[in-house]
Amino acid sequence: MQEKDVLKKRQFLSAQVDLSRFSQKNFEQATEDEKKQQDVMGESTTFFKDGMRRLRKNPLAMGSIIVLALIIAIIIIAPFFVPYSYSEIISVNGVRDKSATNLAPFEYSKLEMKYMEETGEKLFPHIFGTDNLCRDYFIRVIYGTRVSLSIGVVASVMVLIIGLLYGSIAGYFGGTVDLIMMRIVDIIYSLPDMLIIILLSVVLNETLKGYIEGTVLQSLGTNMISIFIVFGLLYWVSMARLIRGQILTIKNNEYVLAARCIGTKNGRILRKHILPNCLSVIIITTALQVPSAIFTESYLSFLGLGVARPLTSLGSLANDARGAMQSYPLRLVIPAVLICLIVLALNLLGDGLRDAFDSKLN
Amino acid sequence: MGRYLIKRVLLAVVSIFIVSAITFFVMNAIPGGPFNKEKATSAEAQRVLEERYNLDKPLGEQYVLWLKNMAHGDWGVSLHNGRDIWNEITSRFAVSARLGGMAALVAIVLGLILGSIAALTRNRLPDRSIVFFTTLGTAMPSFVLATLLLLIFCLKLGWFPVWSSSSPNYVLPIIALSVYPMAYITRLTKTSMLDSLGQDYVRTAKAKGVPGWKVIFKHALRNALIPVVTYVGPMVAYILTGSMVVENIFTIGGLGSTFVTSITNRDYTLIMAVTLFLAILMVVANLLTDIAYKLIDPRITFE
Repeated sequence: MQEKDVLKKRQFLSAQVDLSRFSQKNFEQATEDEKKQQDVMGESTTFFKDGMRRLRKNPLAMGSIIVLALIIAIIIIAPFFVPYSYSEIISVNGVRDKSATNLAPFEYSKLEMKYMEETGEKLFPHIFGTDNLCRDYFIRVIYGTRVSLSIGVVASVMVLIIGLLYGSIAGYFGGTVDLIMMRIVDIIYSLPDMLIIILLSVVLNETLKGYIEGTVLQSLGTNMISIFIVFGLLYWVSMARLIRGQILTIKNNEYVLAARCIGTKNGRILRKHILPNCLSVIIITTALQVPSAIFTESYLSFLGLGVARPLTSLGSLANDARGAMQSYPLRLVIPAVLICLIVLALNLLGDGLRDAFDSKLN
Repeated sequence: MGRYLIKRVLLAVVSIFIVSAITFFVMNAIPGGPFNKEKATSAEAQRVLEERYNLDKPLGEQYVLWLKNMAHGDWGVSLHNGRDIWNEITSRFAVSARLGGMAALVAIVLGLILGSIAALTRNRLPDRSIVFFTTLGTAMPSFVLATLLLLIFCLKLGWFPVWSSSSPNYVLPIIALSVYPMAYITRLTKTSMLDSLGQDYVRTAKAKGVPGWKVIFKHALRNALIPVVTYVGPMVAYILTGSMVVENIFTIGGLGSTFVTSITNRDYTLIMAVTLFLAILMVVANLLTDIAYKLIDPRITFE
């Protein structure tokens, strides 16, 4: 009974357990497992994990991710099992089927019906019908979505790269460099962008034709390239401004001063200390840039300045459908709804990312 | 204040100048000229025409000449139909301004009302439905909305007549143009209203017994208006460019559609004039917005 000697005498009315009533065999050493159970420390989380946890709790953002994932899966997979081409007239058994104009959804042309009766083979249905040039509309919508989405993503990445380089240089070096660089940004910012985009895309369209003849770029079409050029020239300014502002605040922090004291090079300070700290703002802005690029592209396509035929985008599909919109309203409604759906999902996802990752809002 | 004003005005002038230069040289880089038509004009006639409109001179000289004419207030004549450009622009702009002005008014008034309602009924049904519709509104490009409106209400249901200049019906074009800015203003108003409702001065006003409506209108909304003012400049730009497609869809002969057709016609003088006119409008709108913003909000310092 050694414990008993160590313990002080139990005070009257004390809540202390009276050990005198127990002996050694009443106690048992805790196993490692049991010790672990007592551990109340939460799992250590990183910034990214924490943000993802918040994002998962946001039903709108998760819904948007699901919608976007579905759309992306469809536009990747569909061309493999839809046996039609976006640019060619439907052909039955090697014969071009000129009777397949303006079919309603899931309708077959006369030639196709005859073929199916003769061979008993089932042809793949025209899910959205066909257009006035006998092309399967479903596959055209698929390719249109591909083009619109990739323009959105590529343009945003371009904006990101240019804006990031420009903004971080201006913000980090400050002084005269900053002054001159920001005056240039001010001027570009005050230009009416749409006017210049329209003008430039007309010009680039015509002048680029000769240069890209025979290269890979030709299949992209001059319009698409001119859209990229225009984005690269004009749209990076707000990104550059934002990043400069972020860097101006971050570079006055102690850890940057400490890094500089031990003689770290400028490039390394930018890469290792400053950029990771404005990463969340950069990601959010880029995510919100994608829908705005899709918006601009569809706007241009709608004015007839979009991607080159026979390639198509959602905007140019809508534009093409305008002529016959009374007889075939579905052809206008489908791309219109898709544009809205994609932009809506991207907007909601961007908002969700901002709520989840922007540390200033939390 | 003085220094800031001078700086902003200078910046505005420089950007208008740059727009004119870009437009001029870019426009001349478009292959094809104003006199290359389908029916071939003889080389001689083309030469005479080009000489007449100074198109045979080197580009730099043409630009200087144009600047000189502009300085004298001479906008020139259209190369396409020979009409006086200033008259053409002002008559077209009258249509666009009426459409755009009404759309802006609708957007601001409805946006403020809806935004305030959303802020005051936070997380309840009115707020949720307003948020739902504004999110939808910002995801819908104006051309999609315009074509759908035209298709449904004009062609299918026949509730509104198709546009004609003799009996103009502005309802559908105004809806098409105003939905996006309205949704944006609603969101802005909601956030800034929520912000100002949480401020000390609102609590103080409530505590000293100011009636509820007065707190909302005089204390909260007035301060919530400041961020909305900053959106007016971008909104003018949006409505001006948005009206290009909306006018195109509803076949309204306004300034926006003039711009698009002038490019396809290679009507150099008209392209220059319309671009400059629109650019001046946008830049001045932005300038006034910035100045108004700093005047309204005394907390903002002039740097």
